[in-house]
Amino acid sequence: MSTITPSLARGRGRGGVAIQIALALVVTVFLWLFLQAKSQIEVCVLLVLAAVAVFAASRFGLTERIETATRTSPRAGPWCALIGTLALIAAFYDVHYVLLLICTVLLFSTACLGLTVQFGYVGIANFAGAAFFGIGSYTIAVLAARTGIPHLLLIVLSGVVSAAIGSILILPVLRTRGHYAALVTIAFGILFHTFVEVNNVLGGPQGLHLPGISTFGYSFGDGFTLFDQDVSFYVPYALLSVVIFGAAYGVIKRLERSWIGLSMDVVRTDETAAATFGIHIARWKVIAFMLGNFLAGVAGSVYGMMTGFVSPDNFTFSDSLLLVSIAVLGGLGNPLGLVPAAFIVLVLPQKLQFIQEYRFLFYAVVVIAILLFRPDGLLPRRTRQFFNNEVSR
Amino acid sequence: MTASQPLVHAQDVTMRFGGLTALDNLTLDIRAGEVLGLLGPNGSGKTTFFNVLTGIYKASAGAIRFNDKLLTGLSPQEIYRAGISRTFQRSRLSLPLTVFDNIVIGDYQHLQRGMIFNLFRRAAFRAEYEQAVERVRQLLAIFSPPLLDRLFEPVGTFSMIDRRRIEVCRALMSNPQLLLLDEPSAGMTHDETHELMDDILEVRGKLRNLTVVLIEHEMNVIERVTERCIVFSYGKKIADGSFAQITADPVVQTAYLGEAA
Repeated sequence: MSTITPSLARGRGRGGVAIQIALALVVTVFLWLFLQAKSQIEVCVLLVLAAVAVFAASRFGLTERIETATRTSPRAGPWCALIGTLALIAAFYDVHYVLLLICTVLLFSTACLGLTVQFGYVGIANFAGAAFFGIGSYTIAVLAARTGIPHLLLIVLSGVVSAAIGSILILPVLRTRGHYAALVTIAFGILFHTFVEVNNVLGGPQGLHLPGISTFGYSFGDGFTLFDQDVSFYVPYALLSVVIFGAAYGVIKRLERSWIGLSMDVVRTDETAAATFGIHIARWKVIAFMLGNFLAGVAGSVYGMMTGFVSPDNFTFSDSLLLVSIAVLGGLGNPLGLVPAAFIVLVLPQKLQFIQEYRFLFYAVVVIAILLFRPDGLLPRRTRQFFNNEVSR
Repeated sequence: MTASQPLVHAQDVTMRFGGLTALDNLTLDIRAGEVLGLLGPNGSGKTTFFNVLTGIYKASAGAIRFNDKLLTGLSPQEIYRAGISRTFQRSRLSLPLTVFDNIVIGDYQHLQRGMIFNLFRRAAFRAEYEQAVERVRQLLAIFSPPLLDRLFEPVGTFSMIDRRRIEVCRALMSNPQLLLLDEPSAGMTHDETHELMDDILEVRGKLRNLTVVLIEHEMNVIERVTERCIVFSYGKKIADGSFAQITADPVVQTAYLGEAA
């Protein structure tokens, strides 16, 4: 079966790493140019350049080589992405706006990791992602103002509260399937929005102010000075977001490559067969649903602390749709696809402000075009490999 | 086990769907170690019997005992753990998952499912995983060696006969006492059916305690592999005996061909 000799395999692996490092370098430089582009011409040129590059890469077989590379040495990709992200944070150390965008992409991606477990693995379409995100924000807003619990602990606690409140949906979600379960979550999202809007303790339509994270005597909002340079107060948030996304990514990836991920996949693809082979359908659905809402709550709490303000209008049904579209656009079930998808969904409209109202039109066209040419999303989920060095062909 | 003690004893099992009675006071025995064929015209209740036996449907009345344990009212999960496993008339594999994934899930009861074990004790998980790969390979080696080379390819890329084989392997993965095969020849050519039946008989030769119940329309398959046949008609058992006996039975002939003019 494995006809490749070890040395050959290693050689190919090294080539694979090199390709991925080169790709990460190109993407990082591109993002650096794109994020700092101010004039419309710059943005346009970069977008055209990107479109041409993507087209040329698939035309000349580069896309295939990259895909082979990520398969032969799968460890390199995530590390390259991490280093690239840290490089971008360093490059924009004093630009508030860009750092806010980076944090938003990372935190929304974290929430979408939750959706990936729910929708991509066990098959529950959750259209209340923004509500669970919002529960995280509101929880930390209330608890940070009224208790002395350390903020890092509060972030975890917000996730727990989000999962706990989500558990009232367990019964209806277990009793319904497919579109009907989706409808249950839509109803919950609307319920949450209405509830926080009319609840005066939670600030009503005006919302609540948040103090910002402070931990071990250091307040994130102060920013800091490094090598005589004033560093934006968003940098600590960006680093925290990287840590949270990275940890969540690691856990979700391991979950997929385990008997748990396998059981969840079988529940999604065929419940009757799953029951026939003893699989606890309700157990895996509950675990996936709670875990997903926990991640959304954690992401929401950090986002709330970062923006310093929560209001009902940040957590509407359309925000939930945004989360679902990120999860689908990235390639349902593939955690790595979430980041580029979140970037396209969240950053592209911001960068296209010069075409004003048309930017949403343009952005919609981009999304449709992507799904037209890649119907399974940007980075479709691959078949499961339980361990990296498996030679499977 | 003595011959007097059946592996499965179904007593007066009735299954109604609204006004339709799919199983009508059905009483039958499945003997330990035999290959039993279930026959009958379309809609005579054969698959319904499998679905009641495996807990997918809850019988409207009657009782089914397996090794003297009452199965009535148990969930499909509990019945699986008791030692009954099956294939489906229309393939129910998870197409995006690999051959390995689809087969290994057949032994779900023995996979460790703890969060800590699966997420954080990766070395221990790896040991269990490698053992599982080995067991799947052994099963495939008996059953269908050509599939060994494609162990990590998605099932969706395989032909019908290979999918059937994978389904049978999944059902055998848990070492069941009773294997239910629901029309394994559906959608396959004559030669493919023969090949599949040979594989099943070969596996059964190696696993001595395995009892097989087979729903089948192809008479030559039934004749070749079964030791005893039960014929259903309108949810009732109308005949029980060897293939030669049931084919000679005028009641069976009437059920299949209609009343003589």
